[in-house]
Amino acid sequence: MRIPESVATVPAQPATSTGARSSTDVLLQARGVTKRFGGLVAVRDVDLDIPKGGIVSIIGPNGAGKTTFFNVVAGIIDPTTGSVGFRGRPLITRPRRTWLEPLLWMLPAVVMILAALALGVLDRGESVISIAGIAIVGVLAATLLLAIIRPTRYTRLMERLGILRSARPNDVVAAGIGRTFQNIRLFQNMSALENVLVGMHLKLRSNLLDHLVSSPRQRRDEEAAARRAGELLALVGLGGRKDELAKNLPYGDQRRLELARALGNDPVLLLLDEPTAGMNPAETAAMTALIGRLRRDLGLTILLIEHDMRVVMGISDHILVLDHGEQISEGSPDEVRRDPKVIEAYLGTAPT
Amino acid sequence: MSAVIQGPARSLPGGPGLRRRLRDLAAQHRSLSVLIGMAVVTVVLPAVALLPPLSSFSGLNVWIDGFTIAGIFVLLALGLNIVVGLSGLLDLGYAAFFAIGAYTYAFAASPFTGNDFPFWPMLLVGALMAATFGILLGAPTLRLRGDYLAIVTLGFGEIVPIVILNSSKYTDGPNGIGGISPPTIGDVVFPTTGNPWPFYLTMIALITLSMILIYRLQDSRLGRAWMAIREDELAAAANGVNTVTTKLLAFALGASTAGLAGVFLASKLQTVTPNLFRFDVSFTVLAMVVLGGMGNVWGVAVGAFILFMIQSVFLKQLNIFFDNVHVPILSDLDFLQYQFLLYGIALVGMMLLRPEGLFPSRRRRRELHTEEDQAFGEHGDPLGASPE
Repeated sequence: MRIPESVATVPAQPATSTGARSSTDVLLQARGVTKRFGGLVAVRDVDLDIPKGGIVSIIGPNGAGKTTFFNVVAGIIDPTTGSVGFRGRPLITRPRRTWLEPLLWMLPAVVMILAALALGVLDRGESVISIAGIAIVGVLAATLLLAIIRPTRYTRLMERLGILRSARPNDVVAAGIGRTFQNIRLFQNMSALENVLVGMHLKLRSNLLDHLVSSPRQRRDEEAAARRAGELLALVGLGGRKDELAKNLPYGDQRRLELARALGNDPVLLLLDEPTAGMNPAETAAMTALIGRLRRDLGLTILLIEHDMRVVMGISDHILVLDHGEQISEGSPDEVRRDPKVIEAYLGTAPT
Repeated sequence: MSAVIQGPARSLPGGPGLRRRLRDLAAQHRSLSVLIGMAVVTVVLPAVALLPPLSSFSGLNVWIDGFTIAGIFVLLALGLNIVVGLSGLLDLGYAAFFAIGAYTYAFAASPFTGNDFPFWPMLLVGALMAATFGILLGAPTLRLRGDYLAIVTLGFGEIVPIVILNSSKYTDGPNGIGGISPPTIGDVVFPTTGNPWPFYLTMIALITLSMILIYRLQDSRLGRAWMAIREDELAAAANGVNTVTTKLLAFALGASTAGLAGVFLASKLQTVTPNLFRFDVSFTVLAMVVLGGMGNVWGVAVGAFILFMIQSVFLKQLNIFFDNVHVPILSDLDFLQYQFLLYGIALVGMMLLRPEGLFPSRRRRRELHTEEDQAFGEHGDPLGASPE
């Protein structure tokens, strides 16, 4: 099945052989990615090149750090060290300028103090406000200092306060990377069509003014988007169920809907986190075929985490094996299958 | 989009087929249906007030005046619905933006400051001012989730009236600012006593405009992004929604509606005092949104109207009734003093019996009443084993 619009925007790539990986062919380049959670090293020094048009899989026993690595690439968590380049540009590096964040926090307090000064409240010794204001600024300044001196503790504090670093993942999406989640994260109470429409968020160009006056551009935009979303749903085999709430879809369909949603922004690279988890053999085969078709028809490059070895060995060009956060093997499916280190990681050491 | 026009569609006779066709028609011509609905409301409300039990409470003019004030709360509820109902951000300090709108107009057109700017452009200025403060409050706090956001907004809602109270040099503190100019059209000044119709019709126009705009926002990509954030913020971000700016816009637009209501209030009452914007306003409006049916524009409007009428008419009449009819305990009660107790009971009862609100959006009803579907649709790890 072909869908016309996206093919025009994404240059179709022939499935490249794994051997030929010159620097121009590399779509995503991870270098020395390390992620520490406190004392635990979830991912240690992982390098990965994803060639254009390839299907690369990450495998490893439970707790190997696959999803952590995935989340780093998707911009959801920051790497402790290392960087990820996408289409030759650095995409994710170690976070910097975190000191901007508390400055943002201070802004209202500063404005309030200035306003109080301007209104002459402080002059006349209305001390309650001034003391409260100074206290607020003091606390915030302490936060700022903490952020500079102890960034990890600051991050933990921020996390404890419930602060999301939510500005990052959408930049990754804008760069052309789409993703699905291991445990499906659909917008449960929105229809299948609306889910895909949210997935197309960055493709819609209408702005607030367009929304308010319901301009021709807005209407054109919406119509085109609804059509395209319908096509995407048809592509994953959900053409007839677009008005159903996402949560009412059967499990396999939810997985496919998530895939359709991830395709909404016309990604170049698709990150699939266990796309066949919990599926029966028939559903797994259908999903595998769908992934192969996405690569062929849309020219997508795919990075995959998967436990089902039949899927992995069947469709991957290249496999990266992680164990305890470390890269223990890398190569074509045949190479990996024969690697004694991989066998050891999965089955333990053979008795001597 | 499944938000439904509830008012007129409900009252019409006819089978479910007709009702559905009307509903679809309303969804296709949203703005027109809002116009028609509000036109009906404009005529029906005064007519109802002329009917026997209601006409005995007070004269028509007093009723119209009451409807106008009720309209202010409808506006507030419509705005808060954007923040709470659509985007899922719990805002407990909404009255602050109301205050900012009201004081903006008070500064712009009262003998206290010596300015006399015209009312109509000030509506826009008040809305913009409130939106600015919405962004100012939102920028640092919208990274917070759930309860934390509620606490910070609660604080903001308390701070604004206190700042107004204490900056007496500029706001005349607890006395408030009086003598605010009423609106004018040409040379005609809106009468502040007597004929209540100009204010009433202005209010209707403001509500109609807000409803149309809110419906449009709700059906746009921005509206979908709001709902996506309400459903799953991380997934929304992973689909390209800039969650920070989207939430800021929800805050700003919600606040601007409150600013509008504030400007209108100032011109209607011709005096503003910090006491008008205490926490109970925020809470009442929140109760209106929840009772009316979060996320449904018409539902919230009707919920706000009903709750205001209960508070301002029903409880008062109950007091008068029990003053005349001597029932041992009830006659000693001042029902108005127990209105928050009553709200609380109503909210708890609501959560138990009808969590989607009195007039839910179709979406919301489906959300909360598909228990057997939910058992199937519940996602998560189907094998019960979650690797990593």
